[in-house]
Amino acid sequence: MILIQARTEPSNTMKFVSPLLAVTLTLIFGGILFTAIGKSPVQALQVLLIAPLSDAYNIGEMFVKMGPLLLCAVGLSLCYRANMWNIGAEGQLLAGALGGSAAALYFIESESIFALPLTLIAGMLSGMICAAIPTYLKLRFNSNLILTTIMFNYIALYLLIWSVHGPLRDPQGYGFPESALFADNTLLPTLFEDSRIHLGVLFALIASVIGWFILTKTHLGFQVRVFGADESAAKYAGFKGNKLGWLVMLFAGALAGLAGVSETTGPIGQLVPNVSPGYGYSAIIVAYLGRLHPIGAIIAAVFMAVLYMGGDLAQIEMGIPVAVVSMFQGVLLFFLLACDFFINNRLTFTNQATN
Amino acid sequence: MKAQTSVSRLELIGLTKQYPGCLANDDISITLQPGEIHALLGENGAGKSTLVKTIYGVVSPDKGDILWNGKEVNIKSPSIARELGIGMVFQHFSLFETLTVSQNIELCLSKKQLSQIDDLDSRINTLSEEYGLNVDPTRYVHSLSIGERQRVEIMRCLVQSVKLLILDEPTSVLTPQEVSGLFDVLRILSKEGCSVLFISHKLHEVTEICDQATILRGGKVVDTCVPNDETPASIAKMMVGDLAEQDAGYSKKEGSKTLFTASNLSLSSKQPFGTALKKINFDLKAGEILGIAGVAGNGQDELMAILSGEDDRNVGSALLMNELEIGHLHAGERRKLGMAYVPEERLGRGAVPDMSLTENTLLTHSKGFVSKGLVQWQGVKDYTNQLIEKYKVKCHGEFSEARSLSGGNLQKFIMGREIGQDPKVLICAHPTWGVDVGAALAIHQALLELRDQGAAILLVSEDIDELFLLADCMAAVCDGYLSPQVKTEDTNIDQIGQWMAGTFINEQASTTQPQSPTKEAVI
Repeated sequence: MILIQARTEPSNTMKFVSPLLAVTLTLIFGGILFTAIGKSPVQALQVLLIAPLSDAYNIGEMFVKMGPLLLCAVGLSLCYRANMWNIGAEGQLLAGALGGSAAALYFIESESIFALPLTLIAGMLSGMICAAIPTYLKLRFNSNLILTTIMFNYIALYLLIWSVHGPLRDPQGYGFPESALFADNTLLPTLFEDSRIHLGVLFALIASVIGWFILTKTHLGFQVRVFGADESAAKYAGFKGNKLGWLVMLFAGALAGLAGVSETTGPIGQLVPNVSPGYGYSAIIVAYLGRLHPIGAIIAAVFMAVLYMGGDLAQIEMGIPVAVVSMFQGVLLFFLLACDFFINNRLTFTNQATN
Repeated sequence: MKAQTSVSRLELIGLTKQYPGCLANDDISITLQPGEIHALLGENGAGKSTLVKTIYGVVSPDKGDILWNGKEVNIKSPSIARELGIGMVFQHFSLFETLTVSQNIELCLSKKQLSQIDDLDSRINTLSEEYGLNVDPTRYVHSLSIGERQRVEIMRCLVQSVKLLILDEPTSVLTPQEVSGLFDVLRILSKEGCSVLFISHKLHEVTEICDQATILRGGKVVDTCVPNDETPASIAKMMVGDLAEQDAGYSKKEGSKTLFTASNLSLSSKQPFGTALKKINFDLKAGEILGIAGVAGNGQDELMAILSGEDDRNVGSALLMNELEIGHLHAGERRKLGMAYVPEERLGRGAVPDMSLTENTLLTHSKGFVSKGLVQWQGVKDYTNQLIEKYKVKCHGEFSEARSLSGGNLQKFIMGREIGQDPKVLICAHPTWGVDVGAALAIHQALLELRDQGAAILLVSEDIDELFLLADCMAAVCDGYLSPQVKTEDTNIDQIGQWMAGTFINEQASTTQPQSPTKEAVI
C-alpha cells in the first residue's frame, strides 16, 4: 500500500532533485508527443536539446537567448521570495526596449561616450516605471499584483507597437513598423568575434551574482525572505514591508528593462514590434526551475534558452511547429509544481496485509 | 461516575512510533473506561501529542494495537476516528479563519451526520447554552480570540456526539471561571458515558477533575496514579523525575525609575469584533514585573499590538519610553530603543516556521550581527548554539527549522532570544503557555533574572497563578479598560478575579473625573 506522508522537515535532497525529475518527465512526455505526431522522438529530442549545443555558433546564440531570460528571472526570484507576485517581467522588458530605443534614437547623431550608458539607463528606468505603477497600486490600495502586472504587459506591448508605427518609425523605412537602425555608438559591443554574444549576457551573469549576494549575505535580503516566508513574523520583527516590496519590484523592473534595452541595442539593433518571444513569461518558469535562487536561475535559463533554440531548429529541420516550445514550457512547469509536492511530503510503502 | 462495564472504551496495547532521530512513543499501553476522565501528563517532548494523534488517526503507529469498545480497529484517518466517535481539540487549533463558526463545524461533519441535523445553527445554540460555551454560530473565526476559538473546537466535537473526547491542554487559554465551566462540561460528558483524555500541565486541575492519570517520560509510560490520592507536587515529581523543584514563591521587588508609560491610550479596534482600548494608563518601572490578568479577548491582543508597534497607527505621546515619545515609531525602531517582545503566537509570528533557528535568531536579534548591511552568519550561528544550550532547547541543531520544534521548546528559544537582547522593556504574552514544568521554571528564572538586572517587564497572561507567582505589580483588563495597578502583596485572587470581570470600570469612572485636560490619543 502506498501512503502519502507529510515530512517532519522538508527534504533538501528533493529541493534539488525535483527540477531534474521534472525535466526528465517532460522529456518522456515529449517523446510520447513526438511519436504521436509521427516524428522520431529520438531525433526530435536530439534536435531540440543537443543540437543547440553542438557548435560554437549555436552555443553563442543560446547565450544570446539566455541573457534576457536570466535578467528577468533574477528579478522575479527576488519578487517571489518576497511574496510579490510579479507576472509583469514581459511588460517591463518591453517598456525597457521602448524607453531604451527612444534614447538610442535620440543619440543617433551623437558621438558622446555616454550615449550607450544613458541608453541603458533609460531602458532600466522605463522598466522600473512599468513595475512601479502596479507596485504602488498594490501597496497603497492592496490591488491584486498578479492582475495589474499582467495588464501592464499589454499596456507596454501596445505602447511599443504604437510607437514603432508612429513616433519612432523610421521616416526612410518605407512605412515598415520599425525604427531606424541605431548608431554604432549606442550598440552593445559583442564579447567575442564571430558571435553575437553581447555585453547584455555579461550583465545577466553579474545580475545573478548580485541577486545571490543580496539574498544570502545582506540583512536586506534576509528581510525579503522573512517577508515572503511569513508576513506576520516580518511585522513582528519590525521589517518595513512596503519598503521591501518597492525594493524587489524596482529591482525586477530595472533588470527586465535592462533585458529589453539589451535586446534592441544588442542582437536586434533597432526597435521592432516583436522584441521578445515571451522571455518575460518564460522567466517565471526559469525562476521556479532555478528554485527562486539567482544562481540556480543561471542553469535554468541555459536550459530554457536551449529549448528556445531547439524549437527553432526543430521547425527548420523537422517541420515541428514552434508551438511545441510553449507546450514544453507549460508541461515543464506543471511537472515541476507536481514534483515540488514531494519536498514536504513523501510516499511510504507499507504492508498492511496483516490487518 | 465510572461505569465499570466489562468492555473498556479504549485500549492501547504496546503502541510504538519512531520518528527520524527520536522514539516518540515506546511500547505504550493505556486503558480507558467509559465515562473516565483520564489525564495524560508529561514534559514537552514526552510523546503525549504523538500518542493522542495516533488515537485520532493523524499518525499511524509502527507497532501496537488499538481496541475500541473491545474490537480491534485501524484508525487510518481522523475521519475514521470521528466516525467511531473520537473527537479531538488540538493545542494548535485547526479552524478556517475566513469561515464562520457554523461553517467550520459543518466542514467536519459527514453527510450522514449532517442529514441528522435539521438546523446546525440552532443545534449549536442549544449545545452552547446547555454546556455554557457561549459560541455564536454566525461569527467569523478570524474575529475570535484564542479562548473563543477553543470553545468552537470543543463545540465541534459536541455536535458530533463524541464517545471519547481528547483535549490537548484545553485550559491553558481559559480564565478560572471558564475553566470551571469547561470542567462542568466534562463532568456532564463523563456522566453521559463519554470518556475524556485530558492533556494538561496544570496539575491542580488534574487532581481536581481526573479519575486516572498516566505519566509519560521520554516516550514511555513511567507511572500511573489516581490523581485524587496525589498532590500537584507529587505528580510533578513523577513527571520530571528527581529534578522537580516546585516553584517556591519568588521574592517580590519594587521598581525604581519609570521606563515605560502608557497614558490615556485609547484606540478603536481594527477588526470588526475586536476590542477597543479605552483610556489605558500604566507605568512600567525598572526592575519590576507588571502582570496583566484578563479573560481572553478583552483587549490584550490589541494592547500588545499597539505597545509593540505591530499596530502601526500613530498614538503620539500616549506611549513614552524612557521619557521619549514612541507612539509614532514602528516596531523595528522601538526594538532599537531597547524594547523586546514575546508574542502570543510562537510559530508564524514569533518565529518563521520554514527558517532555521539561526535565521530566526536574526529575525529580531540583529544587533552586533549586521555590519554595513551584511550579515555575519557565523556569529549568528554561534550565538544560536549558545541560546540552544543555555535554554536547553531540544532540537537537532541551529539548522533545525522552527516548525520542527515542539511548542514548549520553541517558546524557550523565543524567550531566550528576546531576553538575550538585554532589553530595557520586555513585553511578554503567555510566557509559559503549553510549556512543561521544567521549562516553565527555566523561563520564570530567566524573567526574574532580567528583572533583577533592571529591566521593566510587562507580562500578559491568562494563567493567574503564574501572574501571582511572578508579578510584583498587578492589574486586569476587561472590555478594553485597564484596572488600577496594585502591588501583588496587597491584593488577592478574589480582587483580581473581580477586576477581570470588570468591577473596577464604574469605580474608575467616578473617581478619575476632574483630571487635568490632557489630550487623548483617540484615533
